[in-house]
Amino acid sequence: MISRNLSDKPVGVVGAGNFGTVIANFLARHRQVILYARDEKAVRRMEETHENRGYKLNKHIRPTHDLASIARECDIIFPIVPSEHFRSMMKKLGPHLHPYHILIHGTKGFDITLPKGETIDTVHALSRQQVKTMSEVIREESVVVRVGCLAGPNLSKELAQRQPSATVVASPFQEVIQIGKRLLRNDRFQVYENTDLVGVEIAGVLKNIIAIASGCLSGLGYGENAKGLLISRGAVEMVYLGRILGGNTKAFLGVAGIGDLVATCNSPTSRNFSVGYRLAKGQTLKEILSDMEEVAEGIKTVQIVKKCAEHYKARPLITDTLYKVLFEGMTVQDAVDYLMRYPLNVEIDFV
Amino acid sequence: MEILEEKKNKNIGYKPILEGIPDWPVYQLSKNRKEFLEEVTQKAIEEIRLLRPSRKQLIDELETTVFREQNRIKRNRWRVDPKDDARFWSRIKNELIELSNKPTDEAGKKEEELLYEIVHRYAKEIAGTFKPRSYKFAREVIKFWFRRLLNGARVKKFGAIFRSQYTLQDKIHIVGKVKMLRRLAKKGTVVMVPTHFSNLDSILIGWVIHSLGLPAFIYGAGLNLFNISIFSYFMNSLGAYKVDRRKKNLPYLETLKMYSNLAIQKGAHSLFFPGGTRSRSGKLEKQLKLGLLSTAIEAQRNLYLAGDGTEDRKIFVVPVTLNYHFVLEAPDLIEDYLQVKGQDRYFAEEDNYGSFTLIKFLFKFFTKGSNISVSIGPGLDVMGNYVDDEGNSLDAEKRPINTREYFMTAGVVSVDKQRENEYTRMLASRVVSEYHRINRVFASHLVAFIAFEMWVQKYPKLDLFGFLRLPEEELEIPYEEFRDTFKRVRKEIYRMVDDGKVHIATHLKGDVDIVIRRGLENVGIFHLKRPLLRNKKGNIVTQDLKVLYYYHNRLAGYDLEKFVG
Repeated sequence: MISRNLSDKPVGVVGAGNFGTVIANFLARHRQVILYARDEKAVRRMEETHENRGYKLNKHIRPTHDLASIARECDIIFPIVPSEHFRSMMKKLGPHLHPYHILIHGTKGFDITLPKGETIDTVHALSRQQVKTMSEVIREESVVVRVGCLAGPNLSKELAQRQPSATVVASPFQEVIQIGKRLLRNDRFQVYENTDLVGVEIAGVLKNIIAIASGCLSGLGYGENAKGLLISRGAVEMVYLGRILGGNTKAFLGVAGIGDLVATCNSPTSRNFSVGYRLAKGQTLKEILSDMEEVAEGIKTVQIVKKCAEHYKARPLITDTLYKVLFEGMTVQDAVDYLMRYPLNVEIDFV
Repeated sequence: MEILEEKKNKNIGYKPILEGIPDWPVYQLSKNRKEFLEEVTQKAIEEIRLLRPSRKQLIDELETTVFREQNRIKRNRWRVDPKDDARFWSRIKNELIELSNKPTDEAGKKEEELLYEIVHRYAKEIAGTFKPRSYKFAREVIKFWFRRLLNGARVKKFGAIFRSQYTLQDKIHIVGKVKMLRRLAKKGTVVMVPTHFSNLDSILIGWVIHSLGLPAFIYGAGLNLFNISIFSYFMNSLGAYKVDRRKKNLPYLETLKMYSNLAIQKGAHSLFFPGGTRSRSGKLEKQLKLGLLSTAIEAQRNLYLAGDGTEDRKIFVVPVTLNYHFVLEAPDLIEDYLQVKGQDRYFAEEDNYGSFTLIKFLFKFFTKGSNISVSIGPGLDVMGNYVDDEGNSLDAEKRPINTREYFMTAGVVSVDKQRENEYTRMLASRVVSEYHRINRVFASHLVAFIAFEMWVQKYPKLDLFGFLRLPEEELEIPYEEFRDTFKRVRKEIYRMVDDGKVHIATHLKGDVDIVIRRGLENVGIFHLKRPLLRNKKGNIVTQDLKVLYYYHNRLAGYDLEKFVG
């Protein structure tokens, strides 16, 4: 089977980070893969060592520095670059793309367009006009319409060790879903289908908020009860926010929602988790940021979601409180006390 | 009442783009009517078979169809229905019952026959009969009498009825991408999709197409219109095909779609109202019916499938909005809308207007002010991309796109129904946003919108229904206050015009008092109870809040409410 598929056109992966590299390896089990890295040196290193970020590269992977060649040679492309670079990458890739291209991205994050002269710290409220998911960025920056995304509990390290795991391929197009399944599926990697693209994307982003909160609880030395409380209430808040931002409830109950949420909340190695952990230990955000190599997506997410909620007149309790901790100097202990005192009664009101 | 003249319309007559009627695709279709219907029938049957592959599914479908048809005949009969309707369906029913007693292969054959009979009957029913002679005749009649009426009415002397000072062009303004439309009709096949507010739309648009020098379009008109004999005559001769919204069964819908699909493929310019029915609320359509719209996409795919990628005929979707000061049916439409919205009840398609009312209306229309404007939108390809004058699709950066590539998988054009359903949804939402963009704001829409919103905001605690129950006498706005708000909102609209979000009628500009007066005089001009007027003190009052709501709705969805308060 592999040999037959390998004769097809190669598949492109844009972005050679941890997740991008692991996905490229998965794809290379079925097809030739062209892996794009922005950094020319990284491409040369990959060519010489057949390794990237500590992962061995499958022999069917060909690294490149030429974005246009990916568009030329591949019909199917997986863009997996951090959300803050996503739009600029699409602006470069977009002109080379055609309506026959299929893009399935693996980026969890929002793209924001701010009014002139504003920064994310100064802007008061953000609407969905200004906050876009990655699939929406693809649509805006290219003529590609057949778009999908990957989301789920997909910690790169565990995927690379071939531990059992699953992902969701979401797209309004069955064609895209089936292609994603065919290319990604293997005996250790289950692939589910979902047609609510935006819902799945939003679920993947919102869980970052709860992951920071989970780190906070660990930092304070709390145990499993507290975490169970957080995860279940966090899931409810995600559904609530997700609906405001344009997703359906269902997406949040699947692997991309609850699945990813539980995985991230229990993963001390994740960047979001460690931000929360260190906050609880009394460090300030500035101190934490100063010695982190890569940005924790969750911090930006808290900011964006808080401002979106402002615009849509919603009151997401966990997000708002976390915002106060991150940006307004509230201590983690005070935040927990505040949440525990908050009068709530109905548990679930969305099913 | 004094009528404030619009600026003299600069529309000139357009030369026909195709000289003789025999060249028109619609004529070709009608000349080969028999073969065409046969093709529609065969292909529709193929489609139905694909959707209901097993024998049991097909028989279930046929039984449902018979059941629904007999129900329709019992409950909701129309004048246009064929005389043998009841007989036909009861025969089909009996034959379906007998099927179960027959051996399998014989039953299989019989089943084919029944399906063929049903589909062929539907195809015949749907198809229009375009006859050049009656087309020309109808066209001349419309033109002649409209002109007579117009002159007689405008100049206000009986003798003037024989003058030709005014023509329909003075009454109906055609604005927007006219030249482009004419070019596209030569380059490819045009699918025109107008908004739908009034039964008059069908006739109006027929006249517009003719006066732009375009060959006749085939167009989908609600069968209910054919109940009215005067409409029926004109529609038939203008090349209309019939859409019966009572029939929701699968064989009917597939036949209808196949009819439209094949006609478009054969190059017949086509027109249908994608809203499906007249807008009940007076709002611009937000949700379109996807059935007929999908045929444009399927037809385009088939053209690509058959072609070699070099000279494929292209289909252009052209949104059009019709803008009125006055909609004859407004009071009934809004009543329907409120009923449905209020209690989720289904409403029957009923028309309270016979030929006589319509003639009366037409007379009023020509004798009084109330101009109509028709905005022709820019051409789109079937994916909703803008096209240039040559018909090339363009992306947001004005780079050319090959529309064929949307239908390709792994290098070849392929058929994927699910994909095309999604494309249809995308096209629908593009058409809706174009409607909002090309819509022209009339003074009458704006005064209605502002007055209604000002009153709503005075009663923040009432919901819509509570608000509409308020006695009209209680509502009064001092003129000065109204005037200030009007000025403010108009300024916002100017801003939106600059951003390309909407268009305005030329009469909206200029001295604010005159514009308001024009608006008040024209809004719902012929209704017994005027939706908006000034009382003796000069303040703004209403005689019919619901109808005011209807006219107000024309500007709903632009987020203008916040500038009223």
